[in-house]
Amino acid sequence: MIDIFNAIVLLTNFIFIPAITYGSQLALGALGITFIYGILRFANFSHGEFMSFGAMSCILVTWFFQSNNINLGYLPTALLALPFAILSTIILSLLFNKFVFSYYRIQRSAPVVIAMASIGVMFVINAIIRIVIGPNDIKFFDGQKFIIKAKQFKNMTGLSEGLALKSTQVITVFITIFLLFLVFWFLQKTKTGKSMRAFSDNEDLALLSGINPSKVVFITWLIVGTLACVAGTLYGLDKGYKPFTYLGLVLPIFAAAIVGGIGNPIGAVVGGYTIAFSEIMITYAYKKFFKYLLPESLEPTGMIQLLSTDYKFAVSFTILVIVLLVRPSGIFKGRTL
Amino acid sequence: MSSLVGKSLTAGYGGADIINNISLIINEGEIAVIVGPNGAGKSTVMKSLLGMLSLTEGTVFFSNKEITKMLPQDRVKLGIAFVPQNQNVFTGMTVEENLEMGGFLRQDNIFETIEEIYHLFPVLKEKRHQHVGELSGGQRQQVAFGRALMTKPKILMLDEPTAGVSPIVMDELFSRIIEVGKTGVGILMVEQNAKQALAIADRGYVLVNGKNNREGTGKDLLNNPEVRKSFLGG
Repeated sequence: MIDIFNAIVLLTNFIFIPAITYGSQLALGALGITFIYGILRFANFSHGEFMSFGAMSCILVTWFFQSNNINLGYLPTALLALPFAILSTIILSLLFNKFVFSYYRIQRSAPVVIAMASIGVMFVINAIIRIVIGPNDIKFFDGQKFIIKAKQFKNMTGLSEGLALKSTQVITVFITIFLLFLVFWFLQKTKTGKSMRAFSDNEDLALLSGINPSKVVFITWLIVGTLACVAGTLYGLDKGYKPFTYLGLVLPIFAAAIVGGIGNPIGAVVGGYTIAFSEIMITYAYKKFFKYLLPESLEPTGMIQLLSTDYKFAVSFTILVIVLLVRPSGIFKGRTL
Repeated sequence: MSSLVGKSLTAGYGGADIINNISLIINEGEIAVIVGPNGAGKSTVMKSLLGMLSLTEGTVFFSNKEITKMLPQDRVKLGIAFVPQNQNVFTGMTVEENLEMGGFLRQDNIFETIEEIYHLFPVLKEKRHQHVGELSGGQRQQVAFGRALMTKPKILMLDEPTAGVSPIVMDELFSRIIEVGKTGVGILMVEQNAKQALAIADRGYVLVNGKNNREGTGKDLLNNPEVRKSFLGG
């Protein structure tokens, strides 16, 4: 009986909690991609760099606070810096909208042309980040690291498996729930949100109803900048900030958006968790788990790991390919907000 | 009294001109109908009146003010509403949200107008929380019609409002159009069902190859042997 509890705790500790955290970060990222696709109708490859820029801004402001001895006690100082980082990310996205994307929108360029331009934007932001903060690993988490430590948990429950709960994990989940609630409330209940859905649904008819396209585009970048900054900061807080990783994050984020149905906000969220759970479940070594559950004679000798963790991006890539082959419109029918 | 006037309109989609030297007038409270064979440029006339394509020649007046260079959105603000033939609803939104979007520009209470529209089309009230994508063709046309009415237009342009709906729904739609016309809205319609449309029209225009072929009251055109022979099937 104890063994079953141990097995459950093991999975919670190594699969459920990390996947929920990682999934939340992907969901916020995918939501940003989906907003751009739903309203501006192009695949924004620079989104990963917007996230990276957001995290970098947050680090710079955090450093400033730390050097002035301003902190939040148990909570990371980064939370205090986050509003400033959001503001700077929004300004960056509005600048790129004004000087790059709006040109193609007015020209009514093909979506693939704008997507290519966004790759250019990706390189530019990437270079800015490396000039400002460099390519190195940066840990900017401070405050209390664990809410429950593995050892504490063992002592409390008497189980031989420990369960650790990092505060960044809890913060990630809470902020994600709060932002998702805000975004869906905005889209469903407010006049501006509804006008954005209308614009995404039928642009010409939205014009005929007097909806102002520049205002819709402006608000889209506002939301996208916020989502990107928060997603990037949460990822950096949780796993440490390294500019290079954000380049790689674009793949699982796009996979999440497409799996859920690109252009559909609920799809983006579901897709984020789908990708996160698949990546972690497929690359986890189940040897210990089976050890708890199976009688000694049946104990596995190998690691029972489907794929090495080095291949975790291959998982999202494979899912992406399967979805595109089997159900190109995604789990939820994509296209409109 | 508001009126929408197009004077010697000439326009096309970049290539050759589709319509040539067309003049027409729609007064508040009147129903005007454009009939003519396929490809005569009927829809193009409407789009050029709304400014959705630029004129190579001609002028558009609204209540004696020239609006030839005005953006479509700004014409909507003046009180000109347009219901396109296709994609004239927000399919991913509910009936009520569609109507709300129609009243997007209005600052006053739009819910009274929504109630009026539900009164005009009772079936929409029943389905108010349903997505428009799930409705039948006739019901969608009613939503499209309702969305345009939400702007409280002075002039309403309908591009083939009865395309692809059953004869029963068509009669129903025509009687609603008359009802709306009686409230003082000027209506300009493009119609395939020329006979029925001319029967309710105060003013009719026959378009052939992008040119004004004939104009007159609906009754005159209906009784004109030449028009009957060429467009109304004898």
